[in-house]
Amino acid sequence: MSRIRRVNTEPFAIRCVLIALALGFLFFFLGLPLLAVFSEAFKQGFGPYWDALAEPDARSAIKLTILVALLVLPLNILFGLAAAWVIAKFDFRGKSLLLTLIDLPFAVSPVVAGLLFILIFGRQGWFGPWLSDHDIKIIFAIPGMVIATMFITVPYIARELIPLMQSQGKDEEEAAVSLGASGLQMFWRVTVPNIKWGLLYGVILANARAMGEFGAVSVVSGHIRGETNTLPLHVEILYNEYNSVGAFAAASVLALLALVTLVAKTFVEWRMKQETAMLNAELPAERVQK
Amino acid sequence: MSIEVRNITKRFGNFVALDNVSLQIPTGELVALLGPSGCGKTTLLRIIAGMESADAGSVSFHGEDATHVHTRERKVGFVFQHYALFRHMSVFDNVAFGLRVKPRNERPSEAQIRERVMTLLSLVQLDWLADRFPAQLSGGQRQRIALARALAVEPKVLLLDEPFGALDTQVRKELRRWLRRLHDEMHIASVFVTHDQEEALEVADRVVVMNKGHVEQVGTPDEVYSAPASPFVYRFLGNVNVFHSRMHGEWAEVGRGGPKTQDESLAFVRPHDIEIQRESTAGSLSARVLHIQAIGPLVRVEVEHQGEIFEVELTRERHAQLALQENEVVWLKPRSMRIFQGDQLTQAHTFDLGGGI
Amino acid sequence: MLNASRHNVLPGFSLSLGYVLVYLSLLVLIPLGGLVARSMQMSFSDVWAIATSPRALAAYKVSFGCALLAAIVNAFFGLIVAWVLVRYDFWGRKLIDSFVDLPFSLPTAVAGITLTSLYANTGWVGQYLEPLGIKVAFTPLGIVVALIFIGIPFVVRTVQPVIEDIEADVEEAAATLGATRWQTFSKVLFPALAPALLTGFTLSFARAVGEYGSVIFIAGNMPMVSEITPLLIISKLEQYDLPGAIVLAVVMLVISFVLLLAINLLQWWSANRHSGRHVDGGVQA
Repeated sequence: MSRIRRVNTEPFAIRCVLIALALGFLFFFLGLPLLAVFSEAFKQGFGPYWDALAEPDARSAIKLTILVALLVLPLNILFGLAAAWVIAKFDFRGKSLLLTLIDLPFAVSPVVAGLLFILIFGRQGWFGPWLSDHDIKIIFAIPGMVIATMFITVPYIARELIPLMQSQGKDEEEAAVSLGASGLQMFWRVTVPNIKWGLLYGVILANARAMGEFGAVSVVSGHIRGETNTLPLHVEILYNEYNSVGAFAAASVLALLALVTLVAKTFVEWRMKQETAMLNAELPAERVQK
Repeated sequence: MSIEVRNITKRFGNFVALDNVSLQIPTGELVALLGPSGCGKTTLLRIIAGMESADAGSVSFHGEDATHVHTRERKVGFVFQHYALFRHMSVFDNVAFGLRVKPRNERPSEAQIRERVMTLLSLVQLDWLADRFPAQLSGGQRQRIALARALAVEPKVLLLDEPFGALDTQVRKELRRWLRRLHDEMHIASVFVTHDQEEALEVADRVVVMNKGHVEQVGTPDEVYSAPASPFVYRFLGNVNVFHSRMHGEWAEVGRGGPKTQDESLAFVRPHDIEIQRESTAGSLSARVLHIQAIGPLVRVEVEHQGEIFEVELTRERHAQLALQENEVVWLKPRSMRIFQGDQLTQAHTFDLGGGI
Repeated sequence: MLNASRHNVLPGFSLSLGYVLVYLSLLVLIPLGGLVARSMQMSFSDVWAIATSPRALAAYKVSFGCALLAAIVNAFFGLIVAWVLVRYDFWGRKLIDSFVDLPFSLPTAVAGITLTSLYANTGWVGQYLEPLGIKVAFTPLGIVVALIFIGIPFVVRTVQPVIEDIEADVEEAAATLGATRWQTFSKVLFPALAPALLTGFTLSFARAVGEYGSVIFIAGNMPMVSEITPLLIISKLEQYDLPGAIVLAVVMLVISFVLLLAINLLQWWSANRHSGRHVDGGVQA
């Protein structure tokens, strides 16, 4: 391999052992499970698989999963943009505290996250009595699931955008303003084109997490079939009822989503790498035309 | 369009970046803000552009107060140190940006924009690069595109932050001359920031020398070089020898050591303003030759006087005439010097008692 | 916090910061504060009794023991995987590289039921382990397997960029000074990788401690034996034992914060270690 020089590598035998160890480990812990999902889903052939997905409860679980993601992502995108904008382009006291706060949801167990909202909106929660008086359901209903998913996905987009926007500095935005651009013109014509791949990357990650979240949503959903079941919860219910084909059919949809996520992520990474390579390309020789 | 800066003060936390700075820049002038890094010159430029706001003081353009006018409405052309070209736009789109973001009723038609951009690109001699992206340009080309972009909105003043800072020496020289010519064609007030004295002296009509948030001197390149208003300006612009001296009323005694007193003052002499003589005359100081080195058209002689080392620059002819030897004792006769007491210039006459080595 | 906008000509500071603060307060700060406030309303002896009840202690032991074991396995194999992916060229390397992130994108419930079916006594793997007397599914060992799965990318993705950044000439210098390959690795390369490896280990551990979805299917969930803390919280909730759930949640929260702090300190340490800001006088053998 050209990028590693000869002195810097191990004897052939050791290389083979290490590659075998790495690939064996990855195959056992990642490859086999992925294969098993599809194998279990198609155990009884295509017919039962399709039936399991065509079932109304499965349909509504898919719809609800998409709905939750569609509700969560826009707010999360706005949050990521706003957070990255203030952190990357302005200096203010408390910035590192803000960064830590954004990271907090990463550290909280999903189950605890769900519990937090039960304590606020649940029957014994702060707003519980008021909500039940007004006949508003948040816990064991869709709003609670959306809120729990929002909590879990807080850091994803902001975490991608902050380092990106920090590395770009604020020169271009200042140039746009000095040329007379309004705030919105500056944002759409200068900022967004510069961060679009990073933003997309964050959205892909946040979407995967939003659609696949289990623990937090499970606590607040109440598992009402056809009403408050997302796809991961649907998987759980069928599995606990020993409906293996149904569970794995639903799981295979999520596994497919995971694969699509990986492909999209790899593509975006590749695009970002290409763009930085282009920007860091060696300058052509200086030459002043007379 | 003239620029007037009045009593500007700016602090960053405890650091005073600008301390009561006032400045007037008439239309048509090319002015250099010159000083070491951290002297506040870039902050001043950004305050003029409206990208930084001052804690106190005012900025006005052509008599109209602009202190609270947003950058967007100031009509300044600003050229950033690292160009700040929009990396995702072609050269053409970069230059067209300022025209395209105008409110609809002021915005020229796309055909007019095209014409204007191409005119500007040929003005900066880069029309053949219109479809390239910034990443594909050399540093000097980027600099000129940044300038064309700033000029596209027909600014009333042009502000440049270290415009040649990141360029090779050769390109830098070419661009300097080119900027000078461009400025002469535009008839606007231009201000550029630099830490390079040669650049300031060569390009500017007037030089504003700054230090630690103060303006030390404003003057033509010749004035600031030949008649510096403070020890700092002397030291910052070119080489200088500093002799200890002592005031006796209107007279300064140069070249005497001894205990420091209230009368202590410093005499500044440029190396090429010192004559070397074989004999003592009135006002000359004795010195020992340490080292002789020819540099280009000049010969630099290092001499020692009272334990301190001074530099004298001679022409090659004069050096040949003198035929100096190392360790020889000679007499130094300053042709012109300025004497400062503290930071204050004195009008003292000089005399010297011919102090020994 | 709000006096910064004056220095800056760019628009949108107050609007953005306002949105960020409102969003974070409503979604994160107030709920977390609420949890802590609820636990404060209880008497300390009650809290202590719940937090140290035998079942809770057993659950901590399972959670932390399994997470630790999984993080150790991940640190070891993660280092090898990262090394192989950066240093060696083989067919399919790039594909496998992107595949490492699968646990990030695969919903945990899917991982849970799949691993269970693999390691059950009729599963692809379980059927070969059963005759050897090794039971994985429905035992603590199963929990470790699930936690290994979800922790893999953390170690690989923290160590990988550090290996990429190692300059080739450091190794060449070691070689010219007569070091064997193993000496070069253990004395030159490994010390450079150690902070990242430790960070990856801690990240993987922190994630494993709070994990729920992938574990509950394979764990068997026997109280005192294979019941993890998050599951205990859920069962308290289902029994309408809200105080019990609150106390356990606060315990987990405190532990998560300590781990978060540790991760930040580790990253700060590895970023500053070689900046030469402080000079230790000692000469090390």
